[in-house]
Amino acid sequence: MELRSNAPTGPIEKRWDQHRFDMKLVNPSNKRKFTVIMVGTGLAGAGGASAMADLGYHVKAFCYQDSPRRAHSIAAQGGINAAKNYQGDGDSVYRLFYDTVKGGDFRSRESNVYRLAQVSVNIIDQSVALGVPFAREYGGLLANRSFGGAQVSRTFYARGQTGQQLLLGAYSSLSRTIASGGVTMHNRCEMVDLIVVDGRARGIVTRDLVTGKIESHLADAVVLATGGYGNVFYLSTNAKGCNTSAIWRAHRRGALFANPCFTQIHPTCIPQAGDYQSKLTLMSESLRNDGRVWVPRKKEDCTKDPSSIPEKDRYYYLEEKYPAFGNLVPRDIASRQAKIVCDEGLGVGPEVMDVRRGVYLDFADAIKRDGESVIAEKYGNLFEMYERITGESPYKYPMRIYPATHYTMGGLWVDYNLMSTIDGMFVAGEANFSDHGANRLGASALMQGLADGYFVLPYVVGNYLANVGKSKIDESHAGVKQVVDEVTARYQKLIDIGQKGKETVDSFHKKLGHYIWDFCGMARNAAGLKKALAELPELREQFYKNVKITGSGEGLNQELERAGRVADFLELGELMCRDALERDESAGCHFREEHQQNGECVRDDEHYAHVAAWKWNGKDITSREANHELVKEPLTYEYVKMSQRSYK
Amino acid sequence: MAETIDLKLHVWRQDGPKDGGAFQDYSKYATGISTHASFLEFLDVVNERLVLATKEPIAFDHDCREGICGMCGMVVNGQPHGPQRATTTCQLHMRQFKNGEEIWVEPWRASSFPVIKDLVVDRGAFDRIIQAGGFITARAGAAPDANLVPVPKPIAEEAMDAAACIGCGACVAACPNASASLFVGAKLGHLGLLPQGQAERMKRTLSMVAQHEKEGFGGCSNHYECEAACPKSISVAFISRMNRDYVKAALTYSEPQAKTGD
Repeated sequence: MELRSNAPTGPIEKRWDQHRFDMKLVNPSNKRKFTVIMVGTGLAGAGGASAMADLGYHVKAFCYQDSPRRAHSIAAQGGINAAKNYQGDGDSVYRLFYDTVKGGDFRSRESNVYRLAQVSVNIIDQSVALGVPFAREYGGLLANRSFGGAQVSRTFYARGQTGQQLLLGAYSSLSRTIASGGVTMHNRCEMVDLIVVDGRARGIVTRDLVTGKIESHLADAVVLATGGYGNVFYLSTNAKGCNTSAIWRAHRRGALFANPCFTQIHPTCIPQAGDYQSKLTLMSESLRNDGRVWVPRKKEDCTKDPSSIPEKDRYYYLEEKYPAFGNLVPRDIASRQAKIVCDEGLGVGPEVMDVRRGVYLDFADAIKRDGESVIAEKYGNLFEMYERITGESPYKYPMRIYPATHYTMGGLWVDYNLMSTIDGMFVAGEANFSDHGANRLGASALMQGLADGYFVLPYVVGNYLANVGKSKIDESHAGVKQVVDEVTARYQKLIDIGQKGKETVDSFHKKLGHYIWDFCGMARNAAGLKKALAELPELREQFYKNVKITGSGEGLNQELERAGRVADFLELGELMCRDALERDESAGCHFREEHQQNGECVRDDEHYAHVAAWKWNGKDITSREANHELVKEPLTYEYVKMSQRSYK
Repeated sequence: MAETIDLKLHVWRQDGPKDGGAFQDYSKYATGISTHASFLEFLDVVNERLVLATKEPIAFDHDCREGICGMCGMVVNGQPHGPQRATTTCQLHMRQFKNGEEIWVEPWRASSFPVIKDLVVDRGAFDRIIQAGGFITARAGAAPDANLVPVPKPIAEEAMDAAACIGCGACVAACPNASASLFVGAKLGHLGLLPQGQAERMKRTLSMVAQHEKEGFGGCSNHYECEAACPKSISVAFISRMNRDYVKAALTYSEPQAKTGD
């Protein structure tokens, strides 16, 4: 199998324009004859659904939440990048493109990234037109800030709620198109399989979370905008409901899964407090601008009141190891260094499973320097949030932070047209792999979601529909019925096992999370990955023998919902380990301990400058045989010269 | 710092919208709860124990668990989202409760929010109110440059205060009339304050208020319980603003017509 990116050639700044001209158009009066399924209503989903409905297509949209307004895009705090250069500080489309390719550690596709940078400017225009209340200067023009170590101020923000405001903007357009009849919305309805007929994606099978009804929905094209799979770690900054099932089921139907091991860890999250913990809460990275990160130098000091530890006994490890960047080193480095000191036994805070996983982020010096009111103005709301969760005031005690899984760069493989390896199935936003390479820059996730949704999907889906034309299919088709039957049997099997099982769904999910965090987390090595690969099939077998689920398939059953999702995570977790083992280099967030120089990633461009896309080979999942085959898409860099990152 | 507490827990259980419901005592599953756990983590622990005892766990809505998605919400001891001000249920932590304390948990109670199961209610009415007009019509690709129309900082800030609404429904649950005026007022305030929102302002006000009524929400009689319960502290001033716009629109609004001739 060969993977074709279908990226246009020619000067990079002209590629998207030329491609838009080359694509076929659907006659306006024919658009209403086509139905497009949109799964997920985050930035990419809500943006894409409303934009396509405005063009005249009929869109059927789905979300598992009770309202499309709740998709997890809502939780993004910091901001959204755009190459507007409103600050006149030297930003440009080319610079945003350059920074993104370099930040991704040369594992993304140049053409896609350039397009992303190009349409970033339209996103801000569109969002402002929709009433997104971005921060403003006194003159009424838009304010910007520098974010995540960028040397230009290109980040637009709405207090600490940028994701919420952008999503509510997209949701308002979605609501408008629901009212006009362009979009039919299905809330509390989860995609549980993909329908492929004659090699083309023709629909999805859903489970209605309120009634338990399993049914098919058919269309001329299917778009998955279902977000990332960070919850494979159990504890992550994702919403509890975030899951991999839509993309994983599509993967099992033939869509290749690209770079599954590229997962991002965010360095400033509130540490775990106990084993009942259900999620980790992210604190904006901006805290590192004024906070100093440290741990005690001596193990015996770890349980002491931090204020009693004298300056000489404090280990400001980032400042010592990275004098140039200090506490502002990139996310992956800050995260790994925190893990290293905690693994050495220098962590602080409560012991969870025998290790103290936390480091101090101390504002005492900043408060002494600038005064409490200045610090309160900058970080007041974050301090309040921290105190609400931990019961400690950061004005009095240093904050405790620890890294947590935050974003997944990997996802379903797509070509330049955002189409997966299944004809007619598109993947947008975090669910695809395409733009961030091995590491995503801060404030770029919102940008990609809306770029795909508002400005790419309407063109590329239209082009596909213009090419394939209209062909009929209905529920009675054998291929449709077969998938519905398979799904029904799959859920029945879970219910049957669940009645006799002894161990809860969450218990399995937590065990899986430990494996992935320990062996495929911030630092990986061959021995650990092999151990995980050897033991994970056993965990999966245990799940199918001993999982306990109460209730039936009818009506609202949140245990059954979770069981279906965890079943898919168990398979994905294994593939992540396999991918991480196969990629015998360090790149971006994928840190293989064997390949480092003073704690920095050492890439192997000769052997690994490719996208690792995994093909499901269709064997029974319960077998211990390898289920995947690796297909590579080589990456070439015509514009950005491959170089090694350095933050020393 | 107390590490764990035992609670006397009573939870409203109801099979479906048409079934009767009742409080059940789950105190024996509510022991040894860490004070650092969030309220939803407390319910997770109770549910885990219920499942192991082959009893049906308590159904409740939740998602982001960081106070922004608006999916969670339950009435705890008579207060929507519990005793802590400006806090969603997911951000409420058990250190707010004392060892041995009695806790009563029930769903939002409003006829416009029918109970689906236990603590889960149907808030579709909120979506329908937004669909009635809670938007600015702007197709993707049609927008002018973002800096074309300056928005004075204080206006942008006030719009943001209103836009912070998470659509959880606590305002309705807190209101003796089960009014959604704060929800509607917040959206109208957000869009009506901005220059981009002016073209549709009057029409939006009329249609959203009409939908509010159609959904069966009550009117506002100035109790201000909504503001007290709102996890984002949205001000009741936005209700006054809505009322002013509504009166103006009801008396004067007609669809703008192009003039002919002169």
